[in-house]
Amino acid sequence: MRKSVAFTVFISVNLFLLVLLTLHARYRQTTAIRERLGRAELVRTLQLTDLCLFTEARYTRHPAMADRFAPFQDHPGAMEHFPSGSLVTPPHSNATRQEGS
Amino acid sequence: MSAPLNRHSNILEFAISSLLRRKSKNLSLLVLYTLIVFVIASLIFFVQALKHEAASTLKDAPDMVVQRMIAGRHDLIPARYGEQIRAIRGVSAVSPRLWGYYYDQVFGANYTLLVPDPKQVEPGNILIGPGVARNQRVQAGDMLTLKTSRNAPLLLTVQGIYPSSSELLSSDLIVLSAEDFQEMFNLPPGQATDLAVTVANPRERVTVATKIAELFPDTRPILKSEILRTYDSLFEWRGGMMVVVLAVAVLSFIIFAWDKATGLSAEERKEIGILKSIGWETSDVLLLKFWEGIVISLTAFLVGVVLAYGHVFFFSAALFEHALKGWSVIYPQFKLVPVIDAYQLTVLFFLTVLPYTAATIIPAWLAATVPPDAAMRS
Amino acid sequence: MIELEHVTKTFNAGKHNQFTAVDDVSLTIAAGHLTILKGPSGSGKTSLMALIGCMARPSSGRIRLHGIQTSFFTGTENDSALDITSLPERFLTEIRRSTFGFIFQQFNLVKGISALENIMLPAYPTGESQAAFRRRALELMELFSVARHAASPVEWLSGGELQRVAIARALINKPAIIIADEPTAHLDSKLSLEFMEMVGELKAQGTTILIASHDPLVYDSPLADSVVGMRDGQITGITGTP
Repeated sequence: MRKSVAFTVFISVNLFLLVLLTLHARYRQTTAIRERLGRAELVRTLQLTDLCLFTEARYTRHPAMADRFAPFQDHPGAMEHFPSGSLVTPPHSNATRQEGS
Repeated sequence: MSAPLNRHSNILEFAISSLLRRKSKNLSLLVLYTLIVFVIASLIFFVQALKHEAASTLKDAPDMVVQRMIAGRHDLIPARYGEQIRAIRGVSAVSPRLWGYYYDQVFGANYTLLVPDPKQVEPGNILIGPGVARNQRVQAGDMLTLKTSRNAPLLLTVQGIYPSSSELLSSDLIVLSAEDFQEMFNLPPGQATDLAVTVANPRERVTVATKIAELFPDTRPILKSEILRTYDSLFEWRGGMMVVVLAVAVLSFIIFAWDKATGLSAEERKEIGILKSIGWETSDVLLLKFWEGIVISLTAFLVGVVLAYGHVFFFSAALFEHALKGWSVIYPQFKLVPVIDAYQLTVLFFLTVLPYTAATIIPAWLAATVPPDAAMRS
Repeated sequence: MIELEHVTKTFNAGKHNQFTAVDDVSLTIAAGHLTILKGPSGSGKTSLMALIGCMARPSSGRIRLHGIQTSFFTGTENDSALDITSLPERFLTEIRRSTFGFIFQQFNLVKGISALENIMLPAYPTGESQAAFRRRALELMELFSVARHAASPVEWLSGGELQRVAIARALINKPAIIIADEPTAHLDSKLSLEFMEMVGELKAQGTTILIASHDPLVYDSPLADSVVGMRDGQITGITGTP
């Protein structure tokens, strides 16, 4: 097969794969609705506020409950030392309240 | 086939044959480039999926959570605060939440202990998350032991394990009765971890929060909108790991383009001179370079993106585990719902293909404009 | 037929290193003739051929081509000629591609690719289908007895085989005019004579051939219709009928 033809076929196959993956995503989104409802139910009954992503520290486990000072609580001069702490930011508060609280 | 199509097809053929002439160099270039696209695309897929998950799951979170702060630290809140808050106009319900952290020394893991309201388990029974079950290697019906704050062992029976579809929420959870919670942590009477406040009208929430802050200056109300925004800004392009990964990727793109842009070798220059002398126009030579650039960058983009999708949605982003896990012992098994963000992928496409192709064409421009009789003179 | 009228080519005009390569040359070359440009290096032969072959434009004078066929001009031998002196670049390139075939002194084949691909190269940007010119290329290789090297990289070929591949390449677009610059410079007598034989065959098919050479085997060849002597950019003498 000519190289240019082979390349075109290769690209077409990949594009086709991309289309397939888009369809797969669409499919998974519809089948996931029931699971999502289950999770929503859990959030409601347990009154949860955070996803369980980083279980290293308190403020990484519940970033929505943390504030800017949480990582530095342990002692004066404490540094942020948990790896996932660099990924997690405290919640942005509405400007009208509690700046510097 | 039409003449323009033939021209493209023939020149593409020569472009590929030119790339194959320096097979090892171009192959390693392609592999590396694909790897970079793979990492960035994986990040895009992973983050988007998580963001969607957070937004859709947490929209049922409590309207407002009121925390008490003492000396800048999160402290227990007196339940009587809740009575006064209940009286504020707009507040339909206040429920004290009991939850906390437990560090298991034996297994080295952090668990979140939580008492639901209304109660779901009898004293002595617990519901645990799949991460806890894995960590402690227990099944429903088994028992596990926790150490109370008075250093006494507390035996609990696993009544059930939350389904794997709830991993993202429940992985490290232990749901227990109020009595067992008290046994564990020995809270002073009348105290709770924080208060969950229900305000039916979303527009009144800020007003209520302000009133609570006035009423109890030692509290910190957290609105649901802020909770959602926390997760929205998680993995924002501007924050933490994303900047590092992005910087590395951009740097790599630059290095690739630089290698191309620093000009042609004498051999490449000579070859272009020959092409010009046998009848190739400047535009033909540039088309050749264009195809050389496209072959590599387009392949890298498509293969990288397809592999990234498979990595994130079929293999639960296994390669990110190490970076994300950090020092955690319990790490959820992500079975994320695929979300394809066309905008970000389009940006990635342009970033991948455009600069590289330009860097392949532009240095050749000068050589391509050489007069055709130069080959006769040399 | 090729007509040159008071053609001059000056490089770096107005600067201190101004150099006149072709000085007021007037010449008419008949179709189907073999014309040899004879003269020492620096005499202007190469520059003159570059001008005729639409590779460069004259500084002054006129060049006219008769009987060429392109997408934008079709003429027979005897009627109106195409004045290529001030044609826009892309028309010039098209004429060059469709009317002329070039054989260079150093062969100028592209290393690393096969002999066949080298021969097909000039046809790639023309928009012709690959099947068509591939067939033609293989026929040419048969004609010049190098067909068995079709897939071989050019590095494997001997001097004589390279020469034949270079000639085949010059013929791939079915040119009416062949221009060869010192084609026998790197060949021994045997190969030089073989080259002239092939030139004879091309001439028999009606191709106009222009060769610049200071090799006696070439300019003394009985096939030559005319020998044009050149020195310092000017014609010093013409023997025969160009």
